[in-house]
Amino acid sequence: MSLRVENLTVYYQTLKGDVRALERATFSIADGEIMGLAGESGCGKTTLGHSLVRLAPPMRFVEGRVTLDGEELPIWDTERMNDFRFKKISIIPQYAMNAMNPTRKIGRMAAELLRSRRVDFRAKLPELRSRLDLVNLSHDVLNMYPIELSGGMKQRMVMVLSTLLNPSLLIADEITSALDVSSQKAVAEMLVAFRDQGCCKSVMVITHDISILYQIADTILIMYAGQLAEKAATATIIHSPRHPYTRLLISSLPKVGVKQSERRLTGIPGSPPLLLDPPIGCRFRERCPVAFDRCTEVPPFTEIDRDHFVACWKAFEEHARA
Amino acid sequence: MLELEGISKVYRVGTFGGKELHAVSNVSFDIEDGEVVSLIGESGSGKTTIGKMILRLTPITSGMIRFNGVDISTLKGAALKKYCCDVQGVFQDPFCSYNPIFKADRIFGIVRHEFFPGLTGAQWSAKVEGALRAVGLNPPDVLNKFPHQLSGGQLQRFLIARALLLDIKLLVADEIISMLDASTRMDVLNLLADLKPRGLSILFITHDLSLGYYISERAVILYRGCVVEMGSTEKIYSNPLHPYTRLLMASVPRLDKKWEEVEAGLRVRAAGLPGGCVYYDRCPITDQAGCCDSRRPALVEAESGHLVACSQVTGQ
Amino acid sequence: MKKQKKHEILYFALRNNKVRFGFTIILFFLLLTFVGPLLTHYAPYDYVNPKGAQPPSAKHWFGTTMFGQDVFTQFVHGLRATFLVGAIGGALGTFIGIVIGFTAGYRGGIIDEILNMITNIVLVIPTLAILLIIAAYLTVRGILVESLFIGCTAWPWAARAIRAQTFSLRARDFVDLARLSGMKDWRIIFSEIAPNMMSYLLLVFILQFGGAILIAATLDFIGLGPTNAVSLGLMMNNAVLWGALLLGVWWWFIPPGLAITAIVGALYVTNVGLDEVFNPKLREM
Repeated sequence: MSLRVENLTVYYQTLKGDVRALERATFSIADGEIMGLAGESGCGKTTLGHSLVRLAPPMRFVEGRVTLDGEELPIWDTERMNDFRFKKISIIPQYAMNAMNPTRKIGRMAAELLRSRRVDFRAKLPELRSRLDLVNLSHDVLNMYPIELSGGMKQRMVMVLSTLLNPSLLIADEITSALDVSSQKAVAEMLVAFRDQGCCKSVMVITHDISILYQIADTILIMYAGQLAEKAATATIIHSPRHPYTRLLISSLPKVGVKQSERRLTGIPGSPPLLLDPPIGCRFRERCPVAFDRCTEVPPFTEIDRDHFVACWKAFEEHARA
Repeated sequence: MLELEGISKVYRVGTFGGKELHAVSNVSFDIEDGEVVSLIGESGSGKTTIGKMILRLTPITSGMIRFNGVDISTLKGAALKKYCCDVQGVFQDPFCSYNPIFKADRIFGIVRHEFFPGLTGAQWSAKVEGALRAVGLNPPDVLNKFPHQLSGGQLQRFLIARALLLDIKLLVADEIISMLDASTRMDVLNLLADLKPRGLSILFITHDLSLGYYISERAVILYRGCVVEMGSTEKIYSNPLHPYTRLLMASVPRLDKKWEEVEAGLRVRAAGLPGGCVYYDRCPITDQAGCCDSRRPALVEAESGHLVACSQVTGQ
Repeated sequence: MKKQKKHEILYFALRNNKVRFGFTIILFFLLLTFVGPLLTHYAPYDYVNPKGAQPPSAKHWFGTTMFGQDVFTQFVHGLRATFLVGAIGGALGTFIGIVIGFTAGYRGGIIDEILNMITNIVLVIPTLAILLIIAAYLTVRGILVESLFIGCTAWPWAARAIRAQTFSLRARDFVDLARLSGMKDWRIIFSEIAPNMMSYLLLVFILQFGGAILIAATLDFIGLGPTNAVSLGLMMNNAVLWGALLLGVWWWFIPPGLAITAIVGALYVTNVGLDEVFNPKLREM
């Protein structure tokens, strides 16, 4: 078991009060697993990813336990997390490719990064070169400035840098969203290659694009309004989802070969609730087509089939009947 | 209705403007009355520049755009205002389209000030409410709010409502749903398609082939400022001819099929030579005739109503 | 919400110590220019004390000059001149900067290049040399002429800063949308672009205000100031001319020097404070 998260609750502090961005998240990622984390914007997926790496204000740790390879992560203590960050757990943030220092050559940037973690750059150089080969970048990029690289190349470079120390868990936050479809595919496939080559043990891919997850992820975790809605193997989520939100989300995706005049796709009516003062019970209740009186209670995130977790009273009922 | 005839856009770059950057080169296509045309390309393909040239926000370097037979670059004064009444745009980033310090409905106020100064307050609010209902919004919920109090989907609907106030003939929709959440995307797109019966033509600019297919009758595929393939959407989708179109088709993440083992041939060869095929350095097809790097292929009709610019396919 | 936002700015402005401190000092001197003349019954250049230079006393609060003129009277009248120069010179400098900056930034292209060239030329012109020439032609120079001159030479950096801001705002989609609505260019500038820079323009004005006071003091001190008025710079000029430094008549030059330092310093502190207020990233929470 690579990563285990129990009851993780993280709030955002604002002038108006706490925004309950992540509540009671309990899940695990197995060794070698690529887990996709999907949901609408503001559902807490980025909060979850970032809280595992750097939980800094305005984020506030409320409760929960995170263990990585059997070792507990002190995620509430940003100082102590320095020992784990980049070595055991690494993140590629959303705009990482634009965050590279434009006045430093990429090789120098890599050297500084390694020195800050007390690792010898020279010793790592052959490893770095082979990683560059893995992502189809020429060794010359080390002597280039970030501006000389295209968006896709920068993204791949950031991927190489953040996995250089073979972290146990790699978190990729929306790394494909800003790219063109052809680079998207390349970057996504590289994530798989990284896992296969052992550059990182397991991967958490945060994205709003479920079709990318279908291509690369082993399991998919769906979040809604700060809570976990459903987690299962990719094929199960796509072909036989249990949570009504997952169903609606998938049916609202554009599909190749569907014409509006022939088959009209629809979105999900309504909008997610504000997390400053979330509704009691199931948070999807207001938009849910199958909601009933039981839904005023919070549904627990329960394993209904082997490795298939869902938080929905209706799904429990259906499952009990089946 | 709208004809683009060999339009190009050249930017001067470099210290003394010594280098030229061809954002759009020699693009021609047309849009018929009540037709939805998709302009599909990746970032840097010049698709947004073409949209801005049609909207007269960017001057054309060479070539001509005609709207109902009139060259739009000659329009001035009242004629230009009439053109604004006929052709409007909606852009990609809903939050950038609003002045952040004013209320969102100010965009309607501007339209009233510029085009309908004669209407009374009651007439005007009736007109605005009508337009808002037409785009599926409930006026009391959305009026009198600041942009950050509304969702991206609501803001994009607002912009479409603004265009409807003007009774337009052509809407340039530049990536209008790419920044919206998956759950609201389709609804905004449906709304756009539902405008067709009003006799509205739409230029739908996108990077997403599946969206282009969903909504449009014809598609124009753009790569580095050049049209590489165009024709009826069905024909292009069922039989993509240009290798770039094929690569696009192969890269689209889809829920029904996994990415096949497509040899995308992304190895970067030497940058394409000027005058050669723009797709030369990424093209997986071997250059048998040996002319791809020196001669730019012309758009040729491969089957009726389906054009492609690739000498390997057309066998020139 | 807009009201709330204004309140928010006011709230943070009143809570910001730098703004409070700077504002209090400026307000104090401003009050003095109005109340001061009422507290004294002399005119600035009246010879009121036949004994010449005398240290501060109950009758002459700031003492008297070598010629027996009341320093306090000169001081409060000079203060008024200083604020006038700051207001007129600062306003003119900001105005020219705004016109040129907006035009260059919004129009771009050849107009931008020409205006940029003019801006750079004015920026490097030796102000002092021009003033010497002007001084040679104008036998009587007033506060107004001085302020106009300062305003006409101090605008370039403001123009450059405003141009850069306009340039980035112009590329926003809402400006394109306004153009699609057939709005006239000047209306787009003043109703779409300028409101987004209001805080910035205020800061530009404050800096121009302080700058104008400082330049005026310099000009006065080297004898290129007004010939028919009294100002803080002129007071220091006279003090030095008549050997106040050597003779230890400190009460003649310390008050004006201190006042100029305090006003300009307070303006800059206010500016930094307001910067924090308008830019939430700098706010000390």
